Amino acid sequence: MKQVVTLTVNGERQHALAEPRHTLLELLRDRLGLTGTKEGCGDGNCGACTVLLDGRPVNSCLVLAVEAQGREVVTVEGLARDGVLHPIQQAFIDHGAVQCGFCTPGLVMAAYALFRQDPHPGEQEVRAAIAGKLCRCTGYDKVVRAIMSVG
Amino acid sequence: MSTEFIGQRLTRVDAPDRVTGRAVYAADLHLPGMLHGRVLRSPHAHARIRRIDASKALALEGVKAVVTSADLPSMSDEQVLVRGEVELNLNHIRQVALAQEKVFFHGQAVAAVAATDPHTAEDALELIEVDYEPLPAVLDAEEAMREDAPLVHPDQYTRTREGNLDRPSNIATIHTFGRGEVEEGFREAEVVLEDTFRTRMVHQGYMEPPAAVAQVEPDGHITVWASTQGNFSLRAQLSSVLEVPSSQIKVVPVEVGGGFGGKLNSLLELPAVLLSRKTGRPVKLVMSREEVLRATYPAPATVISVKVGATGEGRLTAVYMKAIFDAGAFPIAPVVAAYLTSLAAYKVPHLKFEGYEVVTNRPKIGALRAPGAPQGSFAVESQIDLLAEKLSLDPLELRRRNAAQEGDPPPVGRPLNRIGLQPLLDRVAGHPAWTAPLDGPHRGRGLSLAYWPGAVMVSSCHLTLHDDGSFSLILGSVDLTGTRTAMLQIAAQELGVEPSQISVSVGDTDSVGHTEVSGGSRITYTMSAAVHQACVGMLEQLRDRAATGLEVDSGELEYSGGTFRSRTSPDKQLTLADLGRQSLRRGGPVTATGTATRLQSAPVFAAHVADVEVDPETGQVKVLKYTAFQDAGRAVNPMQVEGQLQGGAVQGVGWALMEGYHFSDSGVLQNATMLDYKTPTATDVPFIDAVIVEVPASDGPYGIRGVGEAPIIPPLAALANAIHRATGVRLRELPMNPEAVFMAMQNRDKG
Repeated sequence: MKQVVTLTVNGERQHALAEPRHTLLELLRDRLGLTGTKEGCGDGNCGACTVLLDGRPVNSCLVLAVEAQGREVVTVEGLARDGVLHPIQQAFIDHGAVQCGFCTPGLVMAAYALFRQDPHPGEQEVRAAIAGKLCRCTGYDKVVRAIMSVG
Repeated sequence: MSTEFIGQRLTRVDAPDRVTGRAVYAADLHLPGMLHGRVLRSPHAHARIRRIDASKALALEGVKAVVTSADLPSMSDEQVLVRGEVELNLNHIRQVALAQEKVFFHGQAVAAVAATDPHTAEDALELIEVDYEPLPAVLDAEEAMREDAPLVHPDQYTRTREGNLDRPSNIATIHTFGRGEVEEGFREAEVVLEDTFRTRMVHQGYMEPPAAVAQVEPDGHITVWASTQGNFSLRAQLSSVLEVPSSQIKVVPVEVGGGFGGKLNSLLELPAVLLSRKTGRPVKLVMSREEVLRATYPAPATVISVKVGATGEGRLTAVYMKAIFDAGAFPIAPVVAAYLTSLAAYKVPHLKFEGYEVVTNRPKIGALRAPGAPQGSFAVESQIDLLAEKLSLDPLELRRRNAAQEGDPPPVGRPLNRIGLQPLLDRVAGHPAWTAPLDGPHRGRGLSLAYWPGAVMVSSCHLTLHDDGSFSLILGSVDLTGTRTAMLQIAAQELGVEPSQISVSVGDTDSVGHTEVSGGSRITYTMSAAVHQACVGMLEQLRDRAATGLEVDSGELEYSGGTFRSRTSPDKQLTLADLGRQSLRRGGPVTATGTATRLQSAPVFAAHVADVEVDPETGQVKVLKYTAFQDAGRAVNPMQVEGQLQGGAVQGVGWALMEGYHFSDSGVLQNATMLDYKTPTATDVPFIDAVIVEVPASDGPYGIRGVGEAPIIPPLAALANAIHRATGVRLRELPMNPEAVFMAMQNRDKG
């Protein structure tokens, strides 16, 4: 019982087949080959699957693929322009905020969403914005410093 | 050697791929014709498997194969491999990957199915019929030790130093160690304290669930891409269990999203290979988070009793430790490591240790970052703090008075070689983290020490000079923590070239020498020795070639900045590019291998200071300030070393304040999501100040010490000690979550 879902991903129109039970995360990773967005838990608790849906950060594992019909999605693959990294991405690299990297796309998307709301967040605003993105490697120290440095 | 690149804060060479989502982890792979697998798991904590009928599952459209342990060669002998710090018993690994006649914990894998998509595979699981005969389960180590407890393995006899005991038992092994005479030591003491400390089973908490892709060719050759801490270790495990020669198995590296000791044992690779064999197609298996928490290799729950004796001036006279470790469904638990690491920092003349490895019907435990040490140190460092209070001594001063020195015998093993304990303690003593006042109600500061010996084991690399003077360096080690980058720094410095002239990569198991797991704090330490050897070998060859090419004596040549120059006739010179080009016409390509096999261990001491504030109405503990001090020997990349100190400290904070498995009476894990098994978020911790001390290690070309594990050890007692000083309450059980702290404060107020 598959249906065609049409959506815009990183500025490009995409079509994909999805069953009603498929999530947006599956559609992105398995149908469109955009594997930068990760599955860490499948139930909305870790944030590794964070993408922007019509400008708002969501856990794509909790969004059904069919819910994305006609909407705009931004994934981590959409941040760099013409091979130039987004300042958030560069800051993560420069501050040593990347270890195993599995949580990194979710953190980068959360920071991206934060800066759309608040161009100069302080430490507590940054921590609150990434509270739903679990990381086990960094202890968050360099991640918070990296994000603050962009503001 | 100039100090150009070692010690620099170079950014990770693999970071750009990770921040853009280009980095490939095992679950990201899509191969042509690939099938998707799922694993059927036991609903019982203990049961005999009478029959498995997969016929209905196989009839479902899209399902291509079902496998069980019957598809594996039978394995009768005990085969044990030493990997990292924990021994791997291949028979047990095989059973955890696919159960044989019995299941020993809830969630143990029983069968695996491959289908054209993951949802069909999931649907097929429900159609596999398994006839179980439930058996009585034992779910607690102390209960399992009783004579009337149901037996997990009826053919298991307790191993002791004096030989096996004569009755089957859930106690797999009793370890006894000691020196001197503890009773005499306690008689000499003016103060004797005795307490029991308890910790729960906890998980490594890596963010990437295990995933594996296997492709078996018609001729039987196996290729595996896996989320593993060791590609060669994985190959060895597969080779032994499948009875296939290593040359017929290739493990291809992918990025790995965290391991912390939990990805040393093969889990999904065995069913993936079997399914690929049966179907003739590549097969991918990925674990759900629930499976990760229920059915991988968590850290053991422990009950540790510590009796400490000291003189009035605070000199330790005797320590007696009894440690009971819940090994889960199969034996082996790091109980001796708990004893060794918790006491190595101290001169103690009289020691006695009894350690029990006990099996229960809970998940088989595995290594978790400094296995055994956090639990042991929680007990001992809490006791030391209690002693300091009893004697009205500063906690740091008490530790100084008993601090071990080079040449002292640790509780187990050879005398300590060069250690950095005193400089570390000096650094703490003079640092504002320790000296600055902490004012305000319900606030307290806690200190804890840690020791980790660090593993050694073989590491290998391969270095090639290309035709244009650039290099490729292939490492055998999985890169979790930035070791590609650290090795690049070392190679660039040794070869006298810019890092951009060297391409560094992780090799597959066909392309580079055997390298043991990325674990045990050993990669930077051992691989640096291998890289050193390769660079020395490369430059020797190049020197000879240059001498031949320039028709001078090789002793006449000096090398700097990528050029060999004759000292007597400076116009006679050859660059690396010249030598690279020449090698195609004369002599052949220049390559060098490096390997490190015989290094001594490079022991590490760490000290953490934690400031907390406890909310008297809720028991919530807020970490106000946290400083992690550690001897790194020589920090090749200080930014990466800081990252290890910070990450390990926060992992320890989680263990101390919020994490712990809860099982039902029938052995089912109750908190099997990241919501209910709570790990620290960015709002749970402050910035972690990392202070690196450098006392060069005795061995190895650079004085490097492996830093990765020690940071997880001190937080447990540092926080318990801080909470004690903030509230007067001494917690001896983990986690110290708000409920536990609140109830303890209530009891304090009543009593």
